[in-house]
Amino acid sequence: MKLTCLSMGRGFYCPPCHMLELCGFRVLLECPLDLSALTVFSPLVSDSANHLICAVPWYKTVKSLHLWDPSLIDLVLISTPYAILGLPFLTRLSGFSAKIYATEAVATMGRLIMEDLVSMHAEYAQFYGPDERPACPEWMEWEELEKLPLDLREIVLGKDGVELGAWMPLYSAADVKECMLKVHSLRYGEEACYNSALILKSFSSGLEIGSCNWMINGPRRNVTYLSSSIFKSAHAMGFDYHSLQGNDLILFSDLSGEVIDDGRNDADGCKIYDEIVVEDPHSSYVSAVGASYGNEEDLVKLLLENHENLEESDRIAFICSCVLDSLKEGGSVLIPIGRIGIVLLLLEKIWQFLESSNMMVPIFMISTIAEETLASTNAMPEWLCEERRQKLFSGEPLFGHTELIKEKKLYLFPVLNSSNLLMIWKEPCLVFCPHWSLRLGPAVHLLRRWHKDHRSLLILEEGVDAEMALLPFKTLSLKVLQCSFITGIKLKKIQPLLQMLQPKIVLLPDGLKSQLTISKNYAHLYYSENVALRVPSLREDFEARIMRYLDFKLQPRILPQENLAIARLKGRLRLSNGNYLLVPAEKPAHFSNKQQLHWGSINPDLLLKALKDKGLDGHISDDETASCGVQFISIITPHEAVIEIDSKQTVISAANENLAAVIYEAFRSICNGI
Amino acid sequence: MEGDGIVNPITIMEPAICEKEYGKLVSLCFKVFKDGGSVRFQFHDEYPTKALAPLMLEDYRKVMVERRGEEEQFSYEHIIECMKKVIALDLKQTVNVDKDLQIRAYYAGHVLGAAMIYAKVGHDTMVYTGDYNMTPDRHLGAAQIERLQLDLLITESTYATTIRDSKYARETEFLKVVHKCISRGGKVLIPTFALGRAQELCLLLDDYWERMNLKVPIYFSAGLTIQANMYYKMLISWTSQKIKDTYATRNAFDFKHVCPFERSFINAPGPCVLFATPGMISGGFSLEVFKQWAPSEINLVTLPGYCVAGTIGHKLMSGKPTRIDLDKDTHIDVRCQIHQLSFSPHTDAKGIMDLVGLLSPQHVILVHGEKPKMALLKGRIQTELGIQCYDPANNETVFIPTNRTVKTDATKAFIKSCSIADFHISSNPLVGLTDSNCEAIELFRAVEDKKEAEGILVMDKTKRAKIVCENELMLKLGVEEHGVKFAYCCPVYIDFHEQTSHQLASGSCVALENENSSLEAARSPKCSSLQILHRRLESQICCKNLKGNPDYLKLNSITIHSCSRNFLSLPNQGGKTEADQCNISVVAGHQLIKIWLGS
Repeated sequence: MKLTCLSMGRGFYCPPCHMLELCGFRVLLECPLDLSALTVFSPLVSDSANHLICAVPWYKTVKSLHLWDPSLIDLVLISTPYAILGLPFLTRLSGFSAKIYATEAVATMGRLIMEDLVSMHAEYAQFYGPDERPACPEWMEWEELEKLPLDLREIVLGKDGVELGAWMPLYSAADVKECMLKVHSLRYGEEACYNSALILKSFSSGLEIGSCNWMINGPRRNVTYLSSSIFKSAHAMGFDYHSLQGNDLILFSDLSGEVIDDGRNDADGCKIYDEIVVEDPHSSYVSAVGASYGNEEDLVKLLLENHENLEESDRIAFICSCVLDSLKEGGSVLIPIGRIGIVLLLLEKIWQFLESSNMMVPIFMISTIAEETLASTNAMPEWLCEERRQKLFSGEPLFGHTELIKEKKLYLFPVLNSSNLLMIWKEPCLVFCPHWSLRLGPAVHLLRRWHKDHRSLLILEEGVDAEMALLPFKTLSLKVLQCSFITGIKLKKIQPLLQMLQPKIVLLPDGLKSQLTISKNYAHLYYSENVALRVPSLREDFEARIMRYLDFKLQPRILPQENLAIARLKGRLRLSNGNYLLVPAEKPAHFSNKQQLHWGSINPDLLLKALKDKGLDGHISDDETASCGVQFISIITPHEAVIEIDSKQTVISAANENLAAVIYEAFRSICNGI
Repeated sequence: MEGDGIVNPITIMEPAICEKEYGKLVSLCFKVFKDGGSVRFQFHDEYPTKALAPLMLEDYRKVMVERRGEEEQFSYEHIIECMKKVIALDLKQTVNVDKDLQIRAYYAGHVLGAAMIYAKVGHDTMVYTGDYNMTPDRHLGAAQIERLQLDLLITESTYATTIRDSKYARETEFLKVVHKCISRGGKVLIPTFALGRAQELCLLLDDYWERMNLKVPIYFSAGLTIQANMYYKMLISWTSQKIKDTYATRNAFDFKHVCPFERSFINAPGPCVLFATPGMISGGFSLEVFKQWAPSEINLVTLPGYCVAGTIGHKLMSGKPTRIDLDKDTHIDVRCQIHQLSFSPHTDAKGIMDLVGLLSPQHVILVHGEKPKMALLKGRIQTELGIQCYDPANNETVFIPTNRTVKTDATKAFIKSCSIADFHISSNPLVGLTDSNCEAIELFRAVEDKKEAEGILVMDKTKRAKIVCENELMLKLGVEEHGVKFAYCCPVYIDFHEQTSHQLASGSCVALENENSSLEAARSPKCSSLQILHRRLESQICCKNLKGNPDYLKLNSITIHSCSRNFLSLPNQGGKTEADQCNISVVAGHQLIKIWLGS
């Protein structure tokens, strides 16, 4: 087995991407797009002078994926809605024939996000007109690139200057449609069998609705692919780690713990906007890591301890109170958050806040997919957390937004410039709209409208480079709240989790090397970007099953010295559902009465005796001319034959076939064989 | 199925809940509480079933208590308690209940949440299915199951011999009757159960109303059905493909023309359509409305395909009664029209045969249905599909033998050798000999047999048995192979001229005199005579695979080389000189081989 990490990813929206070579198959894990790189392009409405690229944006795919032949990929696994965004680039290639698996909810959400991306991108295309040089736009030329400021150039070219090839013009809606046709959607816990050899199963990871971890079981390998997971989520089904138990190998691919925070520099920009950051106190991990945990119950307790959930709800409450303050002052609030779960929670919570403070502020959700997203979230109870499912059983709607839409407190619009929207538009208001990069969608226009209003509020997520994102909206006087949400397993929980899952080998990102103390219960291997990591095999042998009634035809031979019984076995080997099964041949197995394998040395005297019992008479003769150790038995009656014996082999020379058979019979009786 | 006592109660109980038939749910509820707190089973249940079951049970409880005045068999709290023990199961989700038992639900398309249950104990597999429907209808899809390797299939066979006509015709007829009634200003009463048919008919009517632009109200009797409708709206993934495709823009269960009914509407003038529970007019609201509407000729009552004996529905179906006695004092004059629906979400005989054929299990057990019909179906399954079939009576035990398998290890080399053997055969079945050679056909057979994997099973008392290859066995035993070869020594007579001409042609000896040639031949008898033999063999038996080598010739497992000794006193052929004779020893790998060399 070989693992190549193609990309460590960039936070929540761009999960890590791996290529796994397993049981002779090539498996691509995730296929994301790095949408944060969109910030190098100038939004359409920008008027201030900056150095951003004024062109139809291109999109940055996973760089190293281009180094692999797409026709040799056998299997693609997608575990979050955001990890599917780069897939149409692959599926539209003619040689690409891999099977793609994703959970039903991920496929639905992923499709919506892609469609949204395509329709938002269309605005650019309309503005700039058709591309004159579709293969190499002007901004990609070296002279142009060299004019870029350093930080922009680094985004375009990457740290080593090799990422220019990763940029692609966006796919079309037809590409998305075609891509979705190729995706096989699964339910949680559903078994999918690839090529009768690999069994794939997805289990909820808790990150987002439908997001999952994968179990890949092959004839000699069982691998758990652990993506970013959240133990207990307020909307999606929680992290189902119990089901992941029992696999030998864990590919730990939750990189949220080691996100290096270099995005924010408060040195000069902070005066322009109030930046309130809700910090994660994740410095406490050192103490908890490495301690040994008594029993499983303790482990479970530790894993389920609810700090982060409390923090999360505190955070949401904090956001709500900030929103409320702004609205009270008469400012509008713009929330361009892309995480569906967080948006749904904020909707519910903010409404509660507004209700309790008796404010009547319209809430808008402006996106081409708003209606469909909300409708589908309310019709997928199987993918939601326990509390939400309980609502199903008691007959209530799953999310609060159904009520809000019905009561005309929440308005859904596909685009900003629809006439109905203008009729009911009223400020201050609260707007949820894409896109978090602040380069696409209604967010750009609204931000342009509000960026000088000091009462207004913009809510951004951690991980978005706020400085860069807000660059085209300079002179900024609106408030910006940047907050982080849980995006994966906390560092201190990694060790207990692994202990719980009891793997034999864990593959960890090299970034975690310094941050984790090593447990001796399992082997650790560290992977790094673009380095193939060979994983040693744990099992020498394959497991095969044989039909019992085949046993009855066996003619076992007992070897007393070795305390073994051996028997020849003949049948057809079938591979189904990852299991080998040996079934008897359709024709009755006939082992010819000749045995085929012999070992040990032959005692000529014994052989002669055996021959005599069969009625053959002869004598042993040493031939001086032959090399030493060779002995001959010459048979005289009934016919002539010669048997030549040395330590390695016996040659029976006889003019008569029957005679040779009789001699062989005698030989077999004194020699070990099967 | 053999073995595993604890498994059977679970697998039997699970399906019990996968169909929402009153009796079975009730018995489940009963069972749980009879056993008190010591229930050890886990109940698995699909999401919709779990959601809807309390509704159904509560309805049933009310009916039992209110109408029949029976003592409560269980209370509302019992229902809640019972449902807490139920774990919801998703479609196709594979659940490992314990180490040995694995279960999985497949879509059955009978009512919302109906499922077929696949269970696997060790390596024995079975599917239990309650009611299922092999044709999609408006609100539910058709049953979906994959081809599984099954030891046993247990299927219902209510409609063991029925073959249904097209659904389209039945639907049009129903719509025609309803339309005729309302156009005359009549009222239509559709008694249904809360689930399934109500939604199906409602979709049908709603669609028709839309198309025909009708304004006549369609009512749902309060409570149950509307509440049930709500679940349908949320459990989209369990409905039909068409509804799944369109729910984002318009949820099909948001009926446009349907509104809730109020008691005062019963005697309001004007036409209307009313859905009321229960389905067989056995009591409750549908009976109440029936009493009011039955005496009028212009009204219409539709009846479900099946009614339990004793209900009014049954009475109406059997004959054309003009008067129905409720009890001693009250009676109803029935003058209204009666229309019988045959929209049953049960599969028909064709569906059962289709399912059995698709799954091709080793054994089939038929349950639920009338004995003679079941026997007929059993016969069909056995003759047409060649599958062993049983229709056990109540309390009868059937033993099903299963194929037991044994777990072994197999070395990589063995697995590899299997796949290579397969490949070899499929791509290259012939070795390159002419088929005129009958002996060669023997040879093919030997090769053909190879596609069956051959290995050696090593059984150790303490360890799991292991399949190895021959050379691995040698390594394991720490011994060396002792080869056995068969040789046949025979003289080959080589023509003097041939020898000479060969030497001339090869150019090694250019001008040789005839007298010296024997000397030359003796000097290099090995190579030259073999080469001559090689040429001769090639010319005579058109053999492409014969490999020439200075020391020997090789054809598959046969090696031909010259022999230095003459152990066997072979008869000397007259007419040839000693110098022309050269002993050739033929060594065949493991077999006795006949060889002829033309001379």
